[in-house]
Amino acid sequence: MIDPLTRRRLTNRAVMVLASGAAALGLTMLLWILTDVARQGAMALNWDFFTKLPPPPGMAGGGLANALVGTLAMTLLAAAIAIPMGLACGTYLAEVGRGRLAGAVRLVNNCLVSAPSIVVGVFVYLLLVKPFGHFSGYAGAVSLAILMVPVITRTTEEMLGLVPTALREAALAIGSPQWRLTVEILFRAARSGLITGILLATARVAGETAPLLFTALNSPYWTRSLAKPTANLTVTLFNYAMSPYDDWRSLAWGAALLITGAVLAASITARLLLRDGRG
Amino acid sequence: MSATPPAALAGAPPRSPRPYWQGDRLFRATTRAAACGLLGLALAMGLLLTLAARPSIDAFGWRFLISSAWNPVTAQFGALTAIVSTLLSTAIALAVALPVALGVALFLEEICPAPLRSPFAMAIELLAAIPSIVYGMWGLFVLAPLMADHVQPALQATAGRLPLVGRLVAGPPMGIGMLTAGLVLGLMILPFIASVSRDVLAMVPQALKESAYGMGATPWEVVRDVMLPYGRQGLFAAGILGLGRAIGETMAVTFVIGNAHRLSASLFAPGNSIASTLANEFTEADGDLYFAALIELGLILFVITFFILGALQLWLRRLERGQGGR
Repeated sequence: MIDPLTRRRLTNRAVMVLASGAAALGLTMLLWILTDVARQGAMALNWDFFTKLPPPPGMAGGGLANALVGTLAMTLLAAAIAIPMGLACGTYLAEVGRGRLAGAVRLVNNCLVSAPSIVVGVFVYLLLVKPFGHFSGYAGAVSLAILMVPVITRTTEEMLGLVPTALREAALAIGSPQWRLTVEILFRAARSGLITGILLATARVAGETAPLLFTALNSPYWTRSLAKPTANLTVTLFNYAMSPYDDWRSLAWGAALLITGAVLAASITARLLLRDGRG
Repeated sequence: MSATPPAALAGAPPRSPRPYWQGDRLFRATTRAAACGLLGLALAMGLLLTLAARPSIDAFGWRFLISSAWNPVTAQFGALTAIVSTLLSTAIALAVALPVALGVALFLEEICPAPLRSPFAMAIELLAAIPSIVYGMWGLFVLAPLMADHVQPALQATAGRLPLVGRLVAGPPMGIGMLTAGLVLGLMILPFIASVSRDVLAMVPQALKESAYGMGATPWEVVRDVMLPYGRQGLFAAGILGLGRAIGETMAVTFVIGNAHRLSASLFAPGNSIASTLANEFTEADGDLYFAALIELGLILFVITFFILGALQLWLRRLERGQGGR
C-alpha cells in the first residue's frame, strides 16, 4: 500500500501534468491555426493583391483591392454610427441612469453583446434591404454598428466606473454642471480605456462575416457607392474558400491573413494603450 | 458591474435655488434616449423577426419545432433538424473546450512561472480575437482532411466495433460533419472560456489559498477544495457565455458541418445548424413560406440566446445581491 501522503503527492503531480498538458494542447492547436494562416496567406499576398480586382474564375493573378476598400468603408461608417451611440449608452449606465430602466438596459445590453451576428444580419435585411429592394453597403455598415454598440456600451460603463468618485465630487463642488464633468473630466480620465474599448469593438466587427452575407452581399467590382452591394473581405473569403478554384482559394488565404493580422494588430495596440494609460 | 456610489452621487440633481442647468437636462435626455434606443433595438429585432416569420408560424404552428421536414419543393418546413444539429455541435464544442479551458486557466494561475504569466494570458486573449471565419476556413482545409484520413478511420476501427457507441461513428469518413463542426467550434470558444475562467480564478483571495497551503494542502487540493468552490459560480457563467457564443456561431460551423437536412445517429454525418442553414439558404430562398421559415429559424435562435443569457444575468444579479455586503 502507498501511504496517504505519497498518494496525495502523486494525485497532485498527475493533475498538474494534466493541466499543463491542456495548456500545451490549447496553445499548440491555436498556434497551428495561426502558422497555417500565415504560411498560406503569405504566398498570396503581393502587390497585385492590394491593387487589382478579383480575377475571373480559374484565372491566376488579380487581387482583392475592391474588397479591401469596401471593408474599410463599411467598418469606418459602422464605427461612426456606433461610437457616439455606445458612448452615450455607457455614460447613461455609469453616470445618469438608476433603478429599473438602467437595470433593463444593462440586462438587454449584456444579451446583445452575445447576440448571434447572423440574426442581426437577418434583422437588418428585413429593415434596410427588403424595403429598398437591393443589398447595400449602408445596410452592411448598420449591421456592423449594431454589433459594435453593445461592446462599446459595456466598456464605457466599466471604464467610467473606474474613475475615482473624488473627481466627481471635486468637480460638482466647484459648481460644474454634470455634462461638463462627464465630458471634460471623466472622459479624459478614462480616455485610454474608452479608446481601447472602441478599438476592440472595431477589430471585432472588421472580421465579421455573417451579418454581411444578407446586407452588403458582395461584388466583384469597385465600390462606387455604398448604396449598392459592396465588396468586402470576409464574404469574399467565404465565397472563394468554398469555390473549387485554386487561385480563388489562394486569394482567400491571403484575405484570411490580412484580416487576422489587422485584428491582432488592433488588439495588441489597444492593450498597449490601456497599459500605458494606467501605468 | 460598477460600484453604485459614484453614479448615485453624480446623478443627484444639484439642489440649488436656481433652475438647474439646461445643459444637464439635455445631457441626461440624450443619454437616456440612447439607452432607450438600445432597448428599442432589441425589441425591434424581436418584433420584426416575428412579423416576418408570420406566414410560417401561421402555416405550421408549434409543429414547426418538432417536425424534421425541410422540403422547399413541397413547402414543408420544420426546425427540428436544425435545432438538434445546433445543440449537438454546441454540446460537442463545450465537451471539448470546457476541460481544456479549465486546464489552461489552472496552468496560468497556479503552474506557469510568474514572468511568463502575462505574455501567455495575453496570447490567449489575442486568440479569442481571431475572426471566426478564419477558424472555419482552417477547419475546412486543414482539420477536415486530417479527420477523414486519420482520425475518423481510427475511431471507426476502435469505437466503431462497440455496440451502441459504434452507431455514433458509423458512415463514410468524409471529414466534414457534426464532429468536425463541434471540434472547430470548441477550438474557437476555448480561448474565450479560458480567459474568463482565469479571471475568475484570479479573484480567489490570496489569504484563502495561503491558509489552505498552511494546513499542508497540496496545490491540487487547494484548487479542488478552495479555488473551484470559491469560483464555481463564475466558472459556470464562463461556460454559459461560451455556450452563448457557440450556439449562434455561423462561420466556424458553416464551412465544416456539411449542410444536409438530415437527422442521423452518427457524429460523422453532415448536419445543418440554424446559423449555417441561414447562411446557406437565406439569399436563395424562393417562395414566401420558405423565406418565412428561414426567418422563424432565426427567431428561434434569437429567443434561445436571449433566454439563456438573460437568465444568466438575472441569476448573477441575484447572487450579487445575496452577498451584498461583501
